[in-house]
Amino acid sequence: MKPIIRVENLTHTYGANTPFCRSAVKNVSMEIMEGEFLGVIGHTGSGKSTLIQHLNGLLRPTSGSIYLGDRDIWADPKKIRDVRFRVGLVFQYPEYQLFEETVYKDIAFGPRNMGLDSKEIDRRVRSALAFAGLGEELLEKSPFDLSGGQKRRVAIAGVIAMEPEVLILDEPSAGLDPAGRRSMLENIRAYHRQKGTTVVMVSHSMDEVAENVERIVVLANAGTVMSGTPHEVFSRAQELLDVGLNVPQVTQVAMELKRQGVAVDPAVYTVEALRAQLAALKGGRA
Amino acid sequence: MTDIIKTEQLTFAYPPDEGKEPVQALQGVSLTIAQGSFVAVLGHNGSGKSTLAKHMNAVLLPRGGKVWVSGMDTSDEALLLEVRRRVGMVFQNPDNQIVANVVEEDVAFGPENLGVPTEEIQRRVAAALKAVGMEEFTLHAPHHLSGGQKQRIAIAGVIAMEPACIVMDESTAMLDPCGRREVLDTVKRLNREKGITIVLITHHMDEAAMADRVVVMDGGSVVMDGPPREILVRMEELRAIGLAAPHTVELLHGLREDGFAVPLDALGIQECAEAIVRAL
Repeated sequence: MKPIIRVENLTHTYGANTPFCRSAVKNVSMEIMEGEFLGVIGHTGSGKSTLIQHLNGLLRPTSGSIYLGDRDIWADPKKIRDVRFRVGLVFQYPEYQLFEETVYKDIAFGPRNMGLDSKEIDRRVRSALAFAGLGEELLEKSPFDLSGGQKRRVAIAGVIAMEPEVLILDEPSAGLDPAGRRSMLENIRAYHRQKGTTVVMVSHSMDEVAENVERIVVLANAGTVMSGTPHEVFSRAQELLDVGLNVPQVTQVAMELKRQGVAVDPAVYTVEALRAQLAALKGGRA
Repeated sequence: MTDIIKTEQLTFAYPPDEGKEPVQALQGVSLTIAQGSFVAVLGHNGSGKSTLAKHMNAVLLPRGGKVWVSGMDTSDEALLLEVRRRVGMVFQNPDNQIVANVVEEDVAFGPENLGVPTEEIQRRVAAALKAVGMEEFTLHAPHHLSGGQKQRIAIAGVIAMEPACIVMDESTAMLDPCGRREVLDTVKRLNREKGITIVLITHHMDEAAMADRVVVMDGGSVVMDGPPREILVRMEELRAIGLAAPHTVELLHGLREDGFAVPLDALGIQECAEAIVRAL
């Protein structure tokens, strides 16, 4: 696999030369591989939102570089708009950014700015709507008449409709109830599977990241502190707790069992996995 | 114990879209909340839990049935100010409930509207900020604070009105784990130390586990009501209405099927692990 995005020694400082000067991202280097489903986690203030806003050129590095493919995205600042079409970013609470009269027009806004013809726009709107898990009966409705969950899906469809090579979602399930969260994540997984494009999901929930992604990057205090498969990251659960992240309840139970002398591998994040381990242990003893 | 809030056969419907039937958001809810208790109201989006919450300080008024706050009928307009003084609300979005440019002014907004004398306001603002652990931010600008800090300012604004009850309408839904912990620790302490009644509207099971009592809503009705240890173990029923039991309960359920002699209500991490160790 080759990297589609490469971040090299990225530093971003807000309010430079003022008393509020603060580096939100400090000397971060990382790679995002073509076609992978990557999770980025970190607590509030860890720098994750600042980092991802660099990936499509919304923020310009104070120092360091971002490469998309082989090109430094700031090599020619006039072409930064193309980067935004290729790297689609869905913000936190994107439902607050809907503005058009109809769902159709809202989803079509991105593709229209790309200068596509109306037939292609129509195809993309319908395809994006389906990926976002919405039905065509909503197309002529006002986005403001929809439920919160539906609005968020419309906003996501608006980015998917640009058919970006990399789709980045910042906290796509925040504020949804358990059923809404589950179905949102299923839709994102299905999108990744069917399109085969790169997906980056930013979250502070270890559970949902662990159950969905192939690789996790952990950010804390403006830098990356860990990177690896969910199992590799969870085997360092105590460090995750130390940097202010929550690990799933089931992982905490496994850690506590281990502390009490039970021979379990604490790097678990699903109930089924821990249950299987315990059943095997008991079977061994009986 | 006396009741701070009582609803009787409460019904409510939001105004419908043109040409549509109104959707019944609450269909006959009868509930009493005891003074000094900590009650969690659980339910998926659209279950009616927020609509119920908004009746607790007359943000919404009943279509049918009655709501009383400390014995006062909330639909009596003459009592409105007194009702709102007794029951304060903290909402979901921290950015939508800050009204001033300086933290202390924001906290003073409520008591000012109640006509409290200036010196008394100063005393209350200082005490309220102390109660939520934000006294060092008295002169800060609220928009520079984190989400959890903003919610604590919103709680301080409510406390400054010296209410008997605080209703938290999904006030932790937009916060990260650190922010949630800050806010929950704050309300737990206010409940324990000051005896303020807490009604926590949430869909987080671990938050519900902290309460004395859990009320579960579905389709505008109360479908379960009892202590967390009785409610949160009903895994199948919770799943059927779009909620998920805590991981600990799911694990204990599974282990039981595998022949472990474990209780189902070891909700906490520590007690769950201990129960498993005993059963191994």
